[in-house]
Amino acid sequence: MSKHKFRASTLPVLATVGPVSLWLAFFVAIPLLYVLVMSFCSIDENYNVVFQFTLANYRNLLDVNYLQIYVQSILIAFFATAFCLVLGYPFAFLISRTFQSRKTILYMMVIIPFWTNSLIRIYGWRTFLGASGWLNRALTALHLIDSPVEFLFNRGATVLGMAYVLFPFMVLPLYTAIEKLDQSQLEVSADLGARGGATFFNVVLPQTVSGVFSGCIMVFIPSLGYFYVADILGGGNSDVIGNLIERQFQSGNNWPLGAALSIILIAVTLLLVKLYQKCGGDMQSLGV
Amino acid sequence: MSKHALVQIQKINKFYGSNHVVRDLTLDVREGEFLTILGSSGCGKTTTLRMVAGFEQPTDGKIFVGGVDMAEKEPYERDVNTVFQSYALFPHMSVFGNIAYGLRMKRIPKKEIRKRVMDILDLVQLGGFERRMPAQLSGGQKQRVAIARALINRPKVLLLDEPLSALDLKLRKQMQLELKRLQRKLDITFIYVTHDQEEALSMSDRIAVMHDGMLEQVGVPKEIYEAPASKFVATFIGETNLFEGMVSAVDGDAVSVAVESGTICGRAEGFQKGEVVAVSVRPERMRYSTSPVKGFTIQGVVREQIYVGSVLKSIVVLPNGHEIKLERLAGDVLPMDGPVYLSWQPQDARLIHPRDQEVYHAVETAVME
Repeated sequence: MSKHKFRASTLPVLATVGPVSLWLAFFVAIPLLYVLVMSFCSIDENYNVVFQFTLANYRNLLDVNYLQIYVQSILIAFFATAFCLVLGYPFAFLISRTFQSRKTILYMMVIIPFWTNSLIRIYGWRTFLGASGWLNRALTALHLIDSPVEFLFNRGATVLGMAYVLFPFMVLPLYTAIEKLDQSQLEVSADLGARGGATFFNVVLPQTVSGVFSGCIMVFIPSLGYFYVADILGGGNSDVIGNLIERQFQSGNNWPLGAALSIILIAVTLLLVKLYQKCGGDMQSLGV
Repeated sequence: MSKHALVQIQKINKFYGSNHVVRDLTLDVREGEFLTILGSSGCGKTTTLRMVAGFEQPTDGKIFVGGVDMAEKEPYERDVNTVFQSYALFPHMSVFGNIAYGLRMKRIPKKEIRKRVMDILDLVQLGGFERRMPAQLSGGQKQRVAIARALINRPKVLLLDEPLSALDLKLRKQMQLELKRLQRKLDITFIYVTHDQEEALSMSDRIAVMHDGMLEQVGVPKEIYEAPASKFVATFIGETNLFEGMVSAVDGDAVSVAVESGTICGRAEGFQKGEVVAVSVRPERMRYSTSPVKGFTIQGVVREQIYVGSVLKSIVVLPNGHEIKLERLAGDVLPMDGPVYLSWQPQDARLIHPRDQEVYHAVETAVME
C-alpha cells in the first residue's frame, strides 16, 4: 500500500522536476560551491591550487590597485546605466504607445541585434570608431578633421559599448512596465490640469518605477563583468571588475583570487537584487 | 436655473480615417442642467464627450464652453472635468492624493487643499476614507472617489462617461439618485453619456438621443418618450409597436393610415394624403376588443400572455406575422388564440415623418449593395 502510494505521488514529481533539479545541481550549484571553496584555498610557489584554508585572497582584494579598478568599474557601470535609461525610457514609451505595426518594427529593432553575438557587434563598433574607421573617414572626407581622432581605447568607449550591448535589458523591463500603464491615467491627469511634465513625474514615473529599477539592475550588474567590452573598446585603459577576474584565471593564474573576486561580485549582485525587492520591485520583471 | 447655453457644440464632425463617427452634430447645453447623451455603443456619444473634454479634436466644427472657443485649448486648460468609465484612479496615490491632484496641479495652498478635500469627501459620503488606497476600495467607493476627484476643481461642466456601467444594478440605482442629488446641490452642468435609456429617463433634465453619429432628438424625458421624432428614438426608448404605411385620409388633425394589415388612425398635424409615415404606439396604450372599433381594422390572434405582477403582457400576432406588444394592468385574461381587434385612442399614436436622412441612407445602402 505504502509502496504504491510512493510511486503514485513521487514519480510524476521526479519526472517533471527531476531533470531540471539535476541540471541546476550540476551546472549551477556545484560549480558555484566549487568557486566558493576555491576562494578560500591557497596556491603554492608553482601557482597550483592547494586545499589549505586561508583568508588571504579576500585580504588581497583590498589592494589599492584593485580598489581603483572597483571605483572605475562602478563609474563605468553607472554611466552605462544612466545612458541606457535616458535613451531607453523614451524609446520604451514610444514602443508601448505607438500603433501595432510600428510597435512590431521598433520592438524588432531591439530584439534582432540581441540575437546576434555581442562580441561580433562590439568588433563592429571598433571598425566604426577606429582610427581608419568609417566615422573618421567620413569626418575627414567632410573636412571636419585633419587627422583621425582617437575615439577608442578610453572609458567613454567602454561606457558606449556596455550601454550598446545591454540596451535591450533596459528597454524590455521598461516596456513591460509602461505597457501596463492605463492610457486613461494620462488623460485624467491632463483633465485635472497637469501639463506633460507634471503628468510624467506624478503619474507615469511612479507607476513605472519598478521597470526603471529592474532595467537599471539588469544593465548595472553585467556592466561590472563584461570584460571583453572593456578589452576591445577600452583597450586595457578602462578595466572593469570582470577584467580582474578574467586575468586571475588566465594570465595571472591565481584561481583562488579570481574565485574570491567572483564571490564578491555575486554578493554585490544579490545585495542589489535584495535592495530592489525591498523597494517593492517585482521579481518577475527581472526574469527571475 | 438660467437658460443660457454654457456649452455650444456647433456642427461638429469627426472622422477616424474614412470612418465618420460624429456627423454634423449641433447641441446646446444649458447652464446648470443635467443633459444625457443617450445612444447605443458606437453611436459617437463618447467621442462627442471626449471632444468637449479636449482628448479628441473635431475634424470640423466648433465647441464653445462659456462662450470661449475650445479649438486651441488643451485638456488642462479647460474648465471641464471628466469622470471616466474605468474610474482610472491613480493606484499609487491614496484617496486623499487622488482627490487633491487637481488642486495640487493648480498650486492651491496646502491648507486649503486639505479643507476642500475633506469637504468633498463628506459630500460624497466617504469621510474617513482619505488614507485608503484605491485597491482597498469597493467599486462604488472607487466611483465616488472618481467623482470627487473630478469635482474638486469646481469645473463649469462635469462630463461623465458611462460612470455607473461597472456597478451592479442595486448600487447603480443608488448612485443614480446620488449623482442627481450632487448635481442639484452643486448646481454644476452635467453632461452624462449612457446607453441605458432607463438611467437617462430617470436622471436627466434633457436627453439628446444619438444614432449613427447623428443627433436624432433633444428634449425633456417626457417628450422623448411620448413624442419620439424618429423611428430610432421610438424603438430605442422604451418598448413600442411600429407600423409603417401611407396616409389614406386627413380630416383636420385626424389622420388615417393604411398599413399592411388594415387601417389605423392617429392624431397629428402636418401630414398629407399619400405620404409615407411610421406610426408608433406604446404597449401600455394599446387596446383590444372583440368587436371592431371605428377607424381601426387591424385584427390579430393572441399568441402569448405573461403575468409579471403589476401588469399583464400580451403578444398579438397580425396576419403578416408582425408581433404586437400589449401591456395592461392585470385584469381579465384575453381569449388565448382567439381573434381580437386592436385599437387605441388616436392621440396615443405618434406619427413620424420618415427622415430625409433615412431615405438617403436607404438609397446609399442599396447602391452599396
